[in-house]
Amino acid sequence: MNLNFQQLWRYQDQFIEGVILTVTLTGIAAVAGTLIGLSGAILGRSGPQPVRWFIRSYIEIIRNTPALIQIFLIFFVLPTFGLKLPPFEAASVALSIYFGAYAIEIIRSGLDTIPRSQIEAGASLGLSRWEVFRHIVLAPALRNIYPSFTSQFVLLLLGTSIASQISAEELFHTGSFVESRTYRSFEVYAVVCAIYFALTMAFKGAFAVIGRLAFRWPVRR
Amino acid sequence: MRIFTTSDLFSLFAALQWTIVLVTLAIALGAPLALALALMRISKIAPLRWIAAAYLQLVQGIPLLGLLMFFYFGVPVFLGIQVPAIVAVGIAFAAYSSAFLGEIWRGGIQAVKQAQWEAASSLGITRWQQFRYVIAPQALRIALPATIGFLVQLIKGTSLASVVGFVELARAGQLASAATFQPLLVYSVVAAIYFAMCFPLTIWSRSLEARLNGAR
Repeated sequence: MNLNFQQLWRYQDQFIEGVILTVTLTGIAAVAGTLIGLSGAILGRSGPQPVRWFIRSYIEIIRNTPALIQIFLIFFVLPTFGLKLPPFEAASVALSIYFGAYAIEIIRSGLDTIPRSQIEAGASLGLSRWEVFRHIVLAPALRNIYPSFTSQFVLLLLGTSIASQISAEELFHTGSFVESRTYRSFEVYAVVCAIYFALTMAFKGAFAVIGRLAFRWPVRR
Repeated sequence: MRIFTTSDLFSLFAALQWTIVLVTLAIALGAPLALALALMRISKIAPLRWIAAAYLQLVQGIPLLGLLMFFYFGVPVFLGIQVPAIVAVGIAFAAYSSAFLGEIWRGGIQAVKQAQWEAASSLGITRWQQFRYVIAPQALRIALPATIGFLVQLIKGTSLASVVGFVELARAGQLASAATFQPLLVYSVVAAIYFAMCFPLTIWSRSLEARLNGAR
């Protein structure tokens, strides 16, 4: 029962690289997932019936199955169709698809909170269609979904750890590697958990600041 | 190399019982802790609020995979003891579910109007009785959709117990996939079983929420 964090210092570079890869993976999945979310939310409202049906099943399938199985399916099954992706790329694809399903639901619920009368009020002020969308629909909708969107982002950040299961290189993979070298499992996983916690706090703090700066207009009537 | 047979399907369903054991364990150990955390968060004693808030922030800022590895590989080595897998995994899942349920239930309790507490206290009952008989039943109704939503998250989360060698549904899928070289078929079946468990709960949660919104 002795603690020894000394040995871990040798692997400082690997840990830093792990953090960078984890943040990169999160960033890729968040951006790609948000694009899926935007197009999915718009098509799900106004697209043709088969498209809507497809989007609905996409959301339900992704949200009701484990991300681990989704990653396995992408990584192990795509090669059977002749498309062989390296682990990190496969994880990026799988997590984008995963985040996209949640993003559609969040963005859809944001658009749903804007009453029709508000759009009509904007139009009656003589605003163009684009101005109405930009100021009357998008801005308040973004404000409404901001909290759930950012917490989903944090869940994504933590969720990227499962990419280690197809040996994609990111922070958790680094942890397993260092553990296999040092056998200091307590110290290694304590450090890995602490880094994830620090990342979570940093992103939450940044989101709070951004939210306060971006959504400054008053809402109370 | 052999083909995927009904006996493989049986082994998947046999492993399913361990998934259910894990979910049950997570709820049975996590729920009392979650209730305590929720009550601490609304307590009048500031240090209790701080401790609960710190715990919730901490656990919600760590990946479930990290919790599992820490309690399965880390803690036993540190303490120099042998811990059965089910105990280590059970503790990790209890920590996980207590943090999320604690936050959901606190939200439910705080959604009940303050006037309800005041009305209850004017009846001359103790603060615990106020909570137990007046606040909790209303809070439960409000928090039920989110609680069931978390149950879905938990069922999916048990798939991560596979990484510490726990043979539940996801791990059984890996084994079957390795034996048959039919990942598409095996993982599709595994995904379908998870879906069959989670989707009805999702629907239930959604209908409860719709009813709740209608009632307000």
